[in-house]
Amino acid sequence: MRNVKSVAFILSTAALLSACSTPVKVADPAPVVEKPVEAAKPVADTRTVAPVQTASIDPLDDPKGVLAQRSVYFDFDSYVVREDGKPVVQNHAGYLTKNAKRSILIQGNTDERGGAEYNLALGQKRAEAVRKAMTALGVPEGQIEAVSLGKEKPKAEGHSEEAWAQNRRADIVYK
Amino acid sequence: MKKLTSLTNALAAASLLASLNAYAQLKVEISGVGSNQIPVAVATFADEGAAPPNAQVSAIIKADLERSGMFKIIDAGVISNPNDVDYSQWKSRGANAIVVGTVSKLANGGFDVRYKLHDTIKASKLSQMDQTTSVNEVRLSAHKIADDVYEKLTGVRGAFATRVAYVTQQGRQYRLVVADSDGENELPALISNEPIISPSWSPDGNKVAYVSFEQKKPVVYVQNLVTRARTVVANEKGSNSAPSWSPDGTKVAVALSKTGNTQIFIANADGSGIRRISNSSGIDTEPQFSADGQYIYFTSDRSGGPQIYRMSANGGEAKRVTFSGSYNISPRISSDGNTLAYISRRDGGNFQLFVLDLATGQEQRLSDTTSDESPSFAPNGKYLLYATVSGGRKSLAVVSVDGRVKQRLTIQAGNIKEPTWGPFMK
Repeated sequence: MRNVKSVAFILSTAALLSACSTPVKVADPAPVVEKPVEAAKPVADTRTVAPVQTASIDPLDDPKGVLAQRSVYFDFDSYVVREDGKPVVQNHAGYLTKNAKRSILIQGNTDERGGAEYNLALGQKRAEAVRKAMTALGVPEGQIEAVSLGKEKPKAEGHSEEAWAQNRRADIVYK
Repeated sequence: MKKLTSLTNALAAASLLASLNAYAQLKVEISGVGSNQIPVAVATFADEGAAPPNAQVSAIIKADLERSGMFKIIDAGVISNPNDVDYSQWKSRGANAIVVGTVSKLANGGFDVRYKLHDTIKASKLSQMDQTTSVNEVRLSAHKIADDVYEKLTGVRGAFATRVAYVTQQGRQYRLVVADSDGENELPALISNEPIISPSWSPDGNKVAYVSFEQKKPVVYVQNLVTRARTVVANEKGSNSAPSWSPDGTKVAVALSKTGNTQIFIANADGSGIRRISNSSGIDTEPQFSADGQYIYFTSDRSGGPQIYRMSANGGEAKRVTFSGSYNISPRISSDGNTLAYISRRDGGNFQLFVLDLATGQEQRLSDTTSDESPSFAPNGKYLLYATVSGGRKSLAVVSVDGRVKQRLTIQAGNIKEPTWGPFMK
């Protein structure tokens, strides 16, 4: 009995003592520890305007576009557009039918073998073949002029079959 | 200040001219001579040293006669009296004839050039000629003497006092050049960064027609060499090329692709009045008037491959002329109408110069090279100037119509092609 009473007495006495006489002791401020600085996370400002650049590129000027291919190659002694030349013909025919103000020169070429004037006429046949293929696809006559450079302006200067094959060619040149 | 400016201008002009001339010196080498050379002595002309160093008359005469392959030249050196020739002396030295003369400088800066040709066997004078010339024409007067010697001893008119034209190319620069027939006095008539082909002399020797690619397509021009005036003869839709003058100088035949395939048309020399004269569905090109103006020879592939045909100068039916080989192009007809020169592809791809006797049908190959082009007759019909490839470079060559006399013409740097021999001139 005495224990309970004395405990109660002690407790109540302690409570009385703490409440009145001794101010609460404020703990020492926590020591400052340097933390590594984290990158500031972007904060989306809702009033930002970020510009987008766009340009309407004439497909003719696109170096990666199909219209950048402007040469049609021919076999030896041949004046017929090969399969591998047909896409070039079709693509430029398509462009010309959509752009009535553009016109082209088709320049036919030959390899270096043979006379200058006869080769001029043979180069003309190559230019004509491309011209006819384009008009067959609907390009008006007035937008195309077929001419020849014969053997006078070779693209490849050598005297090998590789060079000759490079030079048997019709080029599309926009005026 | 005025004096300084004009001196500077003169220096500038001189250095430009020097650079133009220094650009391409044509070198001529003889590599074949005629079968029966006439021995001729040529004496130093009295006082010829008074003329400019590059106009030493006897040297020019000797070089001309030697180049023709028809003469064996005996250098007579200085002789004591050109008016009193010792015939027996020269006959015993092996000369059938001797050329002597004098050069006198005139007060006005010009020259008096006099010459005599003596026959040592007949012991008599064969010919003489006196000329008064300006300092710039001393070389020409020497060529005219050589022409006279040639004619008196061979019976054929000489072609030394003529000019040639050709195209040079170095990198991307092309020039149409006119030179004396010995390669001297080269002067550019056209300088371009695009190709020039098919030059053709007018019959009077004052104009050249040619094809220029300066407009990115072939266009036919006529240029007056004296006034530099240029006229477009043909710039129809498509390609315009292969000009050839009519003998009366009023018309130019051309090849045009305006109808879709290359065909032959005739235009007035000023470009007016273009009318079609050939008629095939293939290629007709390279028209060449005959000297009498009656016919046009041309290249046509109407039979499959290119062959040479002849039609009336008004057009109409064409008669085939070449039958050997499957590829015959570039017809040129001699002024007497007897000989056709052309390029034929034979033996697996060699392009070679041939001549055809039109009366007998006999053909003869005239070259041993493999890439011959553009033959051109000398106006006396005795020689052919043509383009070839030698030592990997494009050069020119001359061959006599019988195949014996051969010359090579090269320039120091670049390529030389498309030669054409000019006409006789006064």
